[in-house]
Order: sequence, then C-alpha cells, then structure tokens
Amino acid sequence: MLRDEDRIFKNIYGLDGADLTAAKARGDWDGTGELIKKGRDWVIDEVKASGLRGRGGAGFPTGLKWSFMPKENDGRPHYLVINADESEPGTCKDRDILRHEPHKLLEGFLLAGFAMGAHACYIYVRGEFIREREAVQRAVDEAYAAGLLGKNAAGSGWDYDIYVHHGAGAYICGEETALIESLEGKKGQPRLKPPFPANMGLYGCPTTVNNVESIAVAPTICRRGGGWFSGLGRDGNTGTKLFCISGHVNNPCNVEEEMGIPLKELIEKHAGGVRGGWDNLLAVIPGGSSVPLLPKEICDTVLMDFDSLKEVQSGLGTAAVIVMDKSTDIIKAIARISHFYKHESCGQCTPCREGTGWMWRVLERMAAGEAQVKEIDMLLQVTKQIEGHTICALGDAAAWPVQGLIRHFRPLIEERLTRGPGHQEAAE
Amino acid sequence: MSVRRLHAEQPDSFAFTEENVSWATGQIAKFPEGRQASAIIPLLWQAQKQAGWLPEPAIRYVADMLDMPHIRAMEVATFYTMFNLSPVGEHFVQLCGTTPCWLRGADDLKSVCRKVIGEQGDITEDGKLSWLEVECLGACVNAPMVQINDDFYEDLTAENFEQLLDDLRHGKEVATGPQNSRHGSEPEGGLTVLKGDK
Amino acid sequence: MSDQVNLTVDGIRVSVAPGTTILQACEEAGAEIPRFCYHERLSVAGNCRMCLVEVEKAPKPVASCAMPVAPDMVVSTKSDSVKAAREGVMEFLLINHPLDCPICDQGGECDLQDQALGFGGDASRFADNKRAVENKHMGPLVSTIMTRCIHCTRCVRFAQEVAGVPEIGAIGRGEDMEITTYLEASLDSEMSGNVIDLCPVGALTSRPYAFTARPWELKKTETIDVMDAVGSNIRVDMRGREAMRIMPRNHDDVNEEWLSDKSRFVWDGLNTQRLDRPYVRARKNLTPASWDDAFALIAKKLAGKGAKTAAIAGDLVCGEGQFALKALMDKLESPHVDCRQDGAKLSGPRGNYIFNTSIAGIEDADALLLIGTNPRLEAPVLNARIRKRYLMGDFPIATIGAPVELTYEAETLGAGPDTLAELVAGKHGFSDVLAKAKRPMIIVGQGALTRADGDAVLAAAIELAEKSSAISDTWNGFNVLHTAAARVAGLDLGLLPGEGGLDVAGIQDAAQSGDVETVILYGADEIAGASLGDAFVIYIGSHGDRGAHRADVILPAAAYTEKQAIYVNTEGRVQMTEPAATPPGEAREDWKIFRALSEVLGLTLPFDNLAEVRRAMFEVAPHFAQIDGLSESAAPKAPAAQKMAKAAFDYSVTDFYFTNPIARASATMADCAKAKQQRDGEIEGTGTHG
Repeated sequence: MLRDEDRIFKNIYGLDGADLTAAKARGDWDGTGELIKKGRDWVIDEVKASGLRGRGGAGFPTGLKWSFMPKENDGRPHYLVINADESEPGTCKDRDILRHEPHKLLEGFLLAGFAMGAHACYIYVRGEFIREREAVQRAVDEAYAAGLLGKNAAGSGWDYDIYVHHGAGAYICGEETALIESLEGKKGQPRLKPPFPANMGLYGCPTTVNNVESIAVAPTICRRGGGWFSGLGRDGNTGTKLFCISGHVNNPCNVEEEMGIPLKELIEKHAGGVRGGWDNLLAVIPGGSSVPLLPKEICDTVLMDFDSLKEVQSGLGTAAVIVMDKSTDIIKAIARISHFYKHESCGQCTPCREGTGWMWRVLERMAAGEAQVKEIDMLLQVTKQIEGHTICALGDAAAWPVQGLIRHFRPLIEERLTRGPGHQEAAE
Repeated sequence: MSVRRLHAEQPDSFAFTEENVSWATGQIAKFPEGRQASAIIPLLWQAQKQAGWLPEPAIRYVADMLDMPHIRAMEVATFYTMFNLSPVGEHFVQLCGTTPCWLRGADDLKSVCRKVIGEQGDITEDGKLSWLEVECLGACVNAPMVQINDDFYEDLTAENFEQLLDDLRHGKEVATGPQNSRHGSEPEGGLTVLKGDK
Repeated sequence: MSDQVNLTVDGIRVSVAPGTTILQACEEAGAEIPRFCYHERLSVAGNCRMCLVEVEKAPKPVASCAMPVAPDMVVSTKSDSVKAAREGVMEFLLINHPLDCPICDQGGECDLQDQALGFGGDASRFADNKRAVENKHMGPLVSTIMTRCIHCTRCVRFAQEVAGVPEIGAIGRGEDMEITTYLEASLDSEMSGNVIDLCPVGALTSRPYAFTARPWELKKTETIDVMDAVGSNIRVDMRGREAMRIMPRNHDDVNEEWLSDKSRFVWDGLNTQRLDRPYVRARKNLTPASWDDAFALIAKKLAGKGAKTAAIAGDLVCGEGQFALKALMDKLESPHVDCRQDGAKLSGPRGNYIFNTSIAGIEDADALLLIGTNPRLEAPVLNARIRKRYLMGDFPIATIGAPVELTYEAETLGAGPDTLAELVAGKHGFSDVLAKAKRPMIIVGQGALTRADGDAVLAAAIELAEKSSAISDTWNGFNVLHTAAARVAGLDLGLLPGEGGLDVAGIQDAAQSGDVETVILYGADEIAGASLGDAFVIYIGSHGDRGAHRADVILPAAAYTEKQAIYVNTEGRVQMTEPAATPPGEAREDWKIFRALSEVLGLTLPFDNLAEVRRAMFEVAPHFAQIDGLSESAAPKAPAAQKMAKAAFDYSVTDFYFTNPIARASATMADCAKAKQQRDGEIEGTGTHG
C-alpha cells in the first residue's frame, strides 16, 4: 500500500482547510518561482520523466502533450485550459481536488502554463459544481492577493492570469475540443482533428487542455522529481492515482493509491469490501462508465493500471470503480449507462446521434425481456457500427459498455429473452 | 432526454438588474476583445438565477448583450441541460439517476419525489418543490445524491431524503453534503489512509 | 511538380496540391465518395460520416472530407471496412428517416434515396418507433418536413457563411437536435431558396413547388436568368407549357451554384398576366385584335411621322429585340431611342458602364467602395461573392449612401456626393485605404447614376478609381453594377439618343408637349403612364403591367424563357437563353415583331431569320458572337460633366420582390414581400403557420 508520505493529495477528504495558509502548510506553493526559473524544458522534462499519463481517461503521456505546444510564440497567445468538467459516471475525484486541494491545482496550473508559454488560462468547471467553482474562485482570489498569480506570478518573472469559467450541463464538454467550443460560447460539439488544439485551439490559438488531476500532481512531481513519481507503479503505468470506488461496496470512497494496485485489494482495503463479501461480486466497471465491465473472475486478479486493464479488454479510464454485487440487474445497469450516452450525445455525427438511442431502446427491451435473442447479435453489430466512426470518443464510450455486457453476460441475456417478459429478477 | 421546448407562457421582456449588468461586464472582461460570446454560459446562468428559470426574452437579451445572433444563443440555451426553459420550484431537485446512484437506491429517491412532489416537471402547489431526473452529477462515492439549487445532498436514503424535502419546504435549515456521518468522500466508519494527517 | 503530394487511392497513384482533402484526391483518382454534409462551397462539418475511407496506418476509418492528404498516403475506398462503415452510417441515417418517399418532393433527386440504393440494406432492423419532429416555419419559400432531416447542417452553414444571415441553427442535442430559425421566423435572406438545393433530403423543399410535379416528368432547359444583371445560369423545368420551377446551374465565374430568391421563385409570374394576343385601344378600353389590325393601326399613326416616334427599351429585353428596334428606328429616321428607362447617365466607352473587375475578380480585390449601391438587393448573388471575399479576410469595405443592412461589415462614409468629392480630393480616411490597396474596387450603383447629376457622379467615381490605382494594366477596379439584364446589351448596341435625339426624360417631355407623337415601349414598364402625355403608345412585351396599361396598341412578345436570345450581364459577359417553351398564344419572338412591323410600314428590315438578325447584330457588336465571353474593354474615361449636386444617393432597388413586370405578376413574390414586411414589423402579422 502506498505510504502516506507518497500521497500527493493530503487533504483530499477536506478534513483540513482548503485555504492558502493550510495549503502552504501542506507544502503547496513552496518555491514555485524557483521551479519556474529552471525553465520550460526542465518542467516538461520532469513531467516526461515521471511517466505521468493523462488522468482524464485517455491516458496520453502528459509531458509529451505539453511538448506539442509551439516552442516559440508566433504572435498568437498560448492557452492552457483545465478540464474540470468531470462528468464520467462513477468519477468524483476532480471534485475533491477543486474543493479541498485547489491550491495544488493552481500551482500546477502556473507550472504547466509556464511550460507551454501561456499567460492566460481558463479553468472550465462543470456547471453543476457550483460550490466547487466557488472554492476554486476563492483560491484564485487568495493566490492573486498573495502575488502567486498575476504579474510576476510567485516571483517567477512570469505573468499569469487564471480565469474560472463553467459549463451548464453537458458531459460532452469533457472532450477537449468540445470544451474549447463551449469556452468560445458555442454548443459543445467536438471539432474535427486535425487541426489539433496545440496548433489551433481556443480562439484559433495554440492550446493544451489538461485534466484537473494531471495538472494538480505536476507541482509535487517537479518538487520531488520525475524519478520519484516514476518509481511508483510500474513501467508505463507510473505514479499515484485517485480512485473512486462506488456502487455495492460497504464503504464507498475516494482514495489515492499506487498505480497497479490489485482491484480486489483496492476494494477490500479502502471500501470495506464488496457488500456481502467478495464472493457476492457480480462485476466491476473499473474506469468509469465508458469502459467495458469485468466479471468477477477477472476482478479476482486484475491490476488497476492502464495496460493491465487493456489486456482484459477494458480500461483504466478515470479509475472510477463501479462495483456491482449479485443483486444487480446487470442488463438494466448497462441500459442506464446507455441512456446516459443517449442523453449526452451532442448530436453532431450520425452514428452517435442515431446509434446511442437505438442501443438504449434495445437494451431497455432486453432488460424487460421483450427482445428477441437474435437482437443480441444485432446490438453488438450496432455497437461496432458506432465504434471508431465518430468525430470524438463519445461514440466509442457508448459502444464499449454494451460490448462488455454482451461479451461477459450473453448467456444471462439469452436466458432472459428466452423466458420472455416478466422474469427480470436479478441473476443469482 | 425528451425534446426541450421553450415554455408556452413567456414574459414580455427581460433585463438584467443593474447589479447583474456590472457582474456581466466583469464576466465579459475575462475574455479577449471580440470574444465576448465566450461569456454566454455564465450570462445565461445569471439570467436564470435572476428570473428563476430561463425565459425566451432573456436568451435574446443575452445574445444582444454579447453581439451574437439570436439563434446561436438559442442553440446554447437548448444544448446545455442546466438551462431550465420552463419554471421550476423554489427548491429545484435534480436527482441523479445514472448507474452509480441507481445501484445505491436512486429509484427509492424517485419514489419519494413522486410521492412528495409529483411527476417530473410538476411544481408543487405551494411553488416550493419540483424535480427532474438528471445524469451523473459527479458525487458517485456519496451515492445516491441529489442537487437542490446550488448544493449537493449526498448519502441519501428514502427516509432522510423525504425529511430533507419536508425541511426545505418548511424553510428549515438543512445540512448540505453527506446526510450521514461522513464529511466528504472518505470511507464511512474510519479512514484507511492519511490517518496521521488529521 | 515538386510541391504536389503523391498518394495512392485504390492502387492508383495520384498527385494533388497540398491541402487537398482525401475526398478530393479520391475523386481525382476516379473513386466516388458518398457524402451528405460535405459541400465544396461550404465549410467542412464532417458530421455525416458517410465519406469514411480507410487510410493505411490510421487506427480507424477517416472522414475523407475533412482530412488533408499527406505524402505517400495509401487510401482505400473499397475495402470491407469502408463498405461496412458506409452501410453502418446509412443504416443509422435511415432508422429514423420516414418511409414517405412516395409523397416526398425530393423523390427522384434525393441524395439519401440514391445512396440508400447503393449502401442501404433491404430491410430495417430497427424495431422501435421512428422519431417524429415538428415542422418549422421558415417563410413562404422553404417548406419543412423536419422528420426527414438528417442533421447534415448544410443549411445552417449556408445561412451563416454564404447568405451572411446567421438565422438557421440546430437547437437541442443528441437525437433531439432540430434545425430551426429563431422562433421560426422567416429567413431574412434574398438567397434563402438555396437551402432547398443544399438539403440532401426532403427536409427543406420548395414551398411554391410543393406537390406540383415529379422531376422525371419535367422538361429541363438550361438558360439564363434576367431578374437582375448578374446573368445567373439557370435551368427552367417545364411541364407542357407551364413553368414548374427554376433551379440554378453552376457557373464558377457568375453565380457559382447560387440563385437569388427572385430568380428562383418568379416562375409563377411567367404563367400569369401574360399578353398572349395583340390588343388595340378602342373607346378607352383595350380590346383583342388581330396582328393585322394592330399593325394597320400603327401604320396609320406612323405614316409620315417616323421622326416624331420615340422608343424606350426596358429592363428584361434581349439583344436581338433591341437591335431590331434600333434598326427600325433608324429606318423611321428617328434619333429618339433610349435603353436607359431609369435615366442612368451611362454611355460609352464600354469601360464606363460595365463591371470591369468581373464577378469572379471580386475575389482578387483587396478593398471595396460601394457608391450608391446596395448589392444585397440589386444583385444578391454578386453580393454573396463580395461576402465570400470578405470572409477571406483583409478586405476593408466602405459605402457611400444611406446605411443599409449588408451581409458583411462595411463602414458608411457618408450619404452622398460630398463624401465622394472628399475621397477624390484625398481628404477622407478611406482615401488612404484605397491608396494603399493594390487592387481596390469601386462599385457604382444605379442609384448614384439615375439622377440629374449622374454623369458628374460617374466622372467623380472614375476619377477616384484612376487616382487610387484601381485602373492599371493588370487590374480594372472600376465597376458599374446594373440592375437590368437588358442594359449592357442596349448600351453595347447603341440604343442611345442619336444626333438631336431625346433621352428618356426628353422623350417624356416631348410626349407631353406633343413634339413626340408616338412612343414605343419595348418592355419598358418603369415609365409612369401619365408622363407620356397624349402620345400614341405601342407596348411590345410579355406581361400586362404598367406599360401595357398605358398602351394604345399591345404587341405580345416572348418572355426570357421563350426565346433563344443574347443577354449581356453587368460584367459584359455575353450569354444566350434557350427557349423552355414557345411564347403563349399569338405572342411572338421580339425581333420577329419588329421585322413584321417594318414590313407593314414599308421599311422592311434586312433579316428574315434569327441567323440573319445575329449576323447583322454582330457587325455592330462583334463581341456578341463570343458566348460566355468577357471581351477586353477600353479603360473608363471620365465624361465631361457639371458639378455634383448635394442630395444623398438613393438606391435603385428598395422593393426587391417587385422590380419588374414578371416579378410583379408572381404571387410568390407578393408572399415574400408580405413576409418581409411582417418580419420588419411594418404590419401586424397574423403569426406563423408552420
């Protein structure tokens, strides 16, 4: 188990103050100006050396992403945008950073922004996080008052402004180009790539969009060294990670753990175990609603990191672990996820706009035992017709949970459909 | 999501209060010159706060303020689901029904809403309450939960939720956040980490 | 070429310019890519996903419309995965698309129908209810059946980008996304009909054409429009003798593939108010007559009084007719001929009266000054070209005249001649802009020229052009924007007062004083009847409009869709119409009327068929022989003129939908005008009925 001293988020539960004084006492804003004086390349190199992969779901190497920004300004401003549009079902880690560790985020914001030559930066907080937005704004105000932001931020010689912005209820704005569109005052519809945001992002300027957690760990990485971070976890899956454990566990919670912790250990150590014991486990969605579920036999041994979960045809995603015990109507659980994607599809591209609703309707009928067995294959085909055929990943995200269901619970669906309507009690 | 339509009855006009006008100016100033459209979500949100919901004249008003075509503002107002295109209760309950909350009893909370308030979109006769099922609100380890106006109410049960609605209706002070012994997202019944930092 | 990008499409090597999309490269290689949202004249949306292709090393299929080519790309448009992707997208498009093709006006010319044939399955696997979407009101021209919409957003992009009226949007999201205007207002555009062509399905269809015909039963004739002086290329679809609809044809240098609403929807005007037989006035009333009787009456009136006869040519008439009229007037030995019924002070050299830069040339300009013109109403399609140039950036635009709503940002410098004089004197801020520009354009509208001091305004505008390097060996930025399709041909053919001849104003004065006893109105319908005093008026034209009401004799002629005839557009481009039908009843082609009349008068004109008319006409105007040609014109030369007056410039077109007799005969145009009025809040509307 990760030692407390290696935990980055010491106030993740908010048991200590979120204000600047308390944050400084925990080590935030310690010599930030000096770190910046080591230069852009140094910051990027440390983050690269840490092996940090984006914490927003896709797992793209953060340092590499930063290095895509043009080295020289061509006259256009550079922008760093923080994606605090946390909306992936199962996920509530960024919320804790926003409300309990905002200064860690702001410090990371400054370091990252400096590393990519940005002076003006926006943080896009999901609309529903009203109190969290207020917490960040309070921290921003404190930081300005303390000279940590604004002209010559933290004595670094770098001018840096942070603006707190928000959404108004659209999961899709967590997609980086949709977020940029939304920030420009439009509907959150993802853009075609290329051009990539690093060349043409916000207002047509070079832009990097990073997840809250990815940015918030950067100061600690810079202070303790990329080597410290990469020493945790395993190759390609380094560092610590905030896990959200929800669903049928005795004590749902968020916890920062080492990457690669066994799923079973994570659940049993921190969440009080599966309701009714490990043997009462039916399945786990290991990385937020977008990733395919895992049946118990895989959960017994799987490790919680990018590559391990990929090997079992799922993914780490946002590391949001949704636990379902044997009382769960798994078809209904996935149907509800399909409803989510139908609700959140932006409507731009055909496969997602039409396909998400189709999948949901079929699944609702399946849950009620009102579909035909041959529709299982058809449903699977529909998921394949969506997957990989859309502008953004929402199409994939909508398709994968359904594929996971059919992959692991096909006999259950067949049985229910064979028995017909009125028999949808839980699998036992 | 069913089709979100403008409410049948609309006020004749809308204008920001003086205070909100200066607030809006501050929001617009966050963005580079000529990019004032960026402020549309905060401004529509503020309009909704002022009016209690988002009437059509407010959409036009904000569009004009930001020098945007009306239809572009309408696109935004109808795209983002937090904009209430119809009136809501004084305490507007957004009930998370997505899988993590559903697994932990969101359906029970829905039953409470139906019993205490009525169907989705209905406003109680006293104007105090209305509810809507929404998608994941991002407090999954404190499921099931609802958002009422600006606050989250977490770790709900049918019992404490019904009490909560009753308290709100009668203007009693209520605690926000987890409705059990928890402070935040830590496990109930004792920390497993960071014990020394308390 | 070294800067070309080489790639392989289905095993075929192609070489294309950098920045080309994969879709374009595929077409280059002869591989057809199905598409719905992609349109070459609109921005790329990439949302329909029909154009997916496989690119080697790409992890998933690529939207070919949006992806630029890269060197040595290997593209497959025929692989199994591409086939599966297309079939998948097609199935998604069809699950919620209604099965109402038999009653859909798009039937037979529907992209979805066509592509479903290629990529659609034979049965639906979608077992749930199809989505139903409420129809939206969009005005009198565009009918909506929104359940058919496939959300390609072409209409949204057209309104925003080309029409410059960002009024269409997609509200809601996901499967509930709906295309609409704000609160279902009528589209405030003179180009709105183009969304009908752009809509790949039957969601946006032509309201006036609704349920009247099927495309395969129509006879299609490719011809030229005359509703303005742009000379838009059109196709007229006829069923029997009746015009059923008008569609644009592509001409990159003229109208691209756009058409103004007046040009597109005026067709019902072709079927109504027609003069289909001669009339003579007897005891105050016009009564039907035979050609012989009508001619006899004219012969009686004109006997020995040829020199007291005057002729005015109107706005819609053709080159051949004007040529024949001029020839007749020469035979009558009358110098009183004028083709400028609006009184514009325009005459040679040719560079003084045409749009020298050319329409396509607008895209090369780097600054623009509009003098007394509102191109949005006077030439909507040309206006769209200005907007296109504007959207490319770095294109300062200024206007002189009362402020009007254009579809691009323009600075209003002033209202009239004083401002123009300041610019000429180099004393105005915009003088610098013009001076610094390498290819500045000046467009002078008829509103600045149809006034007593029109020649002085023209002289000042030409002087300004000369001073601001708008005229050089490689660039001619001086432009006159005409509103009448007939005008440039008339000027080219010399339908101007001869020696001692009277112009339009003079003819009217002389008619009132009795010095002119007979006036021939050849399609001239913008002349107030009372202004012709007691003169004997012969009206030759196609519609019972103002001219016919004043006439003593009416000789029925062909409309522009009923003759093969030459028109010269504002750029000086010579184009030829083709007959979609024969003239109605006893109406005849224009030149034949003049030829027949000349014989009755004993002044037989020297041509007996169209070829002979043309041969004679080409002697006067040799460039007429070059169809679609833009001949070199002499540089403009400022005419000698008095000083400019003070009065502000008016605009020649204010009532866009009623500018000519055919438009005034059209019920559709009347509906449009009413909708426009309602929109502008001038009258109490009765609400939308969508």
